Amino acid sequence: MTVKQEKQFSSARIAIELVDVKKSFGNQQVLSGVNLQVEEGTTTVIVGASGQGKSVILKHMLGLMKPDAGQIKVFGQDVASASRRQLKEIRKDFGVLFQNVALFDSMTIYDNVALPLRERTEAGEEEIRANVEEKLNMMDLHGVHEKFPAQISGGMQKRVGLARALVLDPKIVFFDEPTTGLDVLKSNEIYRLFHDTQARLRYTAVIVSHDVPKIFKLSDRVALLAEGVIQSSISPEEFQRSDNPLIRHFVETTMGPIYSSEKEETAPL
Amino acid sequence: MFSFFEKIGDHGLYYLEQAGRMGLFLLACVWRMVTPPYKLFPAVRQIHFIGARSIFVILFTGGFTGMVLALQGYYTLRKFGSEGLLGAAVALSLIRELGPVLAALMVVGRAGSAITAEIGIMRNSEQIDALECMAIDPCRYLMVPKFIAGIVSLPLLTAVFDMVGILGGYLVGVMMLGVNGGTYFQGMYSSVDWNDIEMGLVKSLVFGLLIVWIATAKGYFLHWERSGGFGAEGVSRTTTSAVVLASVTVLVWDYLLSAIML
Amino acid sequence: MKRLNVEVAVGIFMVVGFLCFAWLSVRLGDVGLFAADTYSVEARFDSISGLKVGALVEISGVHVGKVVSIRLDQEDYYQAVVGMEITEGIALQEDSIASVRTSGIIGDKFIKISPGGMDELIEDGGEIEETESAISLEELVSKYIFEKD
Repeated sequence: MTVKQEKQFSSARIAIELVDVKKSFGNQQVLSGVNLQVEEGTTTVIVGASGQGKSVILKHMLGLMKPDAGQIKVFGQDVASASRRQLKEIRKDFGVLFQNVALFDSMTIYDNVALPLRERTEAGEEEIRANVEEKLNMMDLHGVHEKFPAQISGGMQKRVGLARALVLDPKIVFFDEPTTGLDVLKSNEIYRLFHDTQARLRYTAVIVSHDVPKIFKLSDRVALLAEGVIQSSISPEEFQRSDNPLIRHFVETTMGPIYSSEKEETAPL
Repeated sequence: MFSFFEKIGDHGLYYLEQAGRMGLFLLACVWRMVTPPYKLFPAVRQIHFIGARSIFVILFTGGFTGMVLALQGYYTLRKFGSEGLLGAAVALSLIRELGPVLAALMVVGRAGSAITAEIGIMRNSEQIDALECMAIDPCRYLMVPKFIAGIVSLPLLTAVFDMVGILGGYLVGVMMLGVNGGTYFQGMYSSVDWNDIEMGLVKSLVFGLLIVWIATAKGYFLHWERSGGFGAEGVSRTTTSAVVLASVTVLVWDYLLSAIML
Repeated sequence: MKRLNVEVAVGIFMVVGFLCFAWLSVRLGDVGLFAADTYSVEARFDSISGLKVGALVEISGVHVGKVVSIRLDQEDYYQAVVGMEITEGIALQEDSIASVRTSGIIGDKFIKISPGGMDELIEDGGEIEETESAISLEELVSKYIFEKD
């Protein structure tokens, strides 16, 4: 009994915790007290209408922005008040796939993926080559090593970005709009790769996306950001059945009336 | 009336903030430059870009500057019957002023603008954020090699500029206008001394630091630019303002250093 | 391969740059790497008007050294004390005469040494006793005018 409890406890370790995070730009309050918990090994999707500050939350988690108030704990350590050195340590567990991929456009694909290994580890070229090859193969990228980012398609760039994010086997991977600008086939490909790699590498994933409802299939938790706060962090099924008017509104506007509850369908128009 | 003062205050605060930010950035970069780990190859690549590939432009500008100095100097000195001072005049003006300043301005135009654009685009396309998130220090990874390259390249480019300028002056003064070749060099040997060379060296070192500092800082803080640092236009605007600021700074510091060292 | 090209280019650039700098500093800047040994002598003048540190020292028009220091001796009739570095091997007799001269009418001032005939030579740190001060153009002109009266 106790053993089981302990196991449950350890599997439910909190990877990221946001406590009452506030941020405003000028007079505009973007985040007015965000609370969120991300359990280790799970996939959390942050959804919300455009301009609600989804990317701002992500940048806070990455330590690229400092909150006006509140705490952002990564494995218990506060990112907001961390020194540069501490921040560097925390970020060693991070992998990030940026919205516009942010590949280094003056480097070849190979060098892009190898960069974290070269700069952060003491690995020799042989070891680096083996690791990079493995990750690129994982992403079904063949024969592009010596090409530059501008010479390959958007979908391939995303895959290279994912390979680079995963090359150091991070504990937490952040995805900022991983499928924007891709057609259905290519975004399905990205989702498949995400699914495969997470199954293999068992990382915690935080995804900012508005590719609803497709993204729900991949996620354990859905968090809606609206009016400056996280409205909920619940499973996708619960999310779609929720009574919260903001969630209902979001579900209806993004997924159409097909997902609405019967009660509303029968309501007079 | 009130809004007028408000505007002044607003601008003043903005520029003060910008200056402070750039100052801290400089300190951060210089600190990382002198602390390990040291990496040689990135610096070599930047020296290639800032220094080696500027050599042709330096050869041309240096040669023609020396030639025009000899031409102008000859007609002025002839009025006093002292063509013998031509070599000294050419060498002194090149070594003390024109060499460091013109070489610096050429580097601003060639490499400075490119550095600002490069860093600015990296900032715009989140590449700098990406570096930070990979726990790679952008200052150490991107800026330090450029700082080293600037400080190493500029004195060498200046020396090449001086040398070519003196030869250009020889070409025009001695071979075309008929000044005695021995006099040309003898006047130079006797009038130039180590203080002059030292002044040129100090100037070029300082200019190297200033150029790279302004070029990198402008690109790095692109997103803080008041005129809006976004998109291709933001990059181009910031690059222009970096070139202007770097050129003006070079000339201002040229005056300051001359005033201090003379 | 690419890396090699970059390194070669940088290597050539740095060698060329250093050579130029070395030429400038050794030939023009008189940095004493291979400079001949010198010894120093002093001379006192009533007036050196316009002589500068770095000015040449010549014998019969041949460059034999340069002025390295100029100071005012306030205890001894406010004379100018000029320190010179003379190339080793150039012998200066005790009765040599040092005079401040001008090259051309408005050219640079330099020190001309006229060798003497004595056997004793000036040692390192010695002094040239006989000196001639600078000839001032204005003084010459005014002398000429007043003598006319």
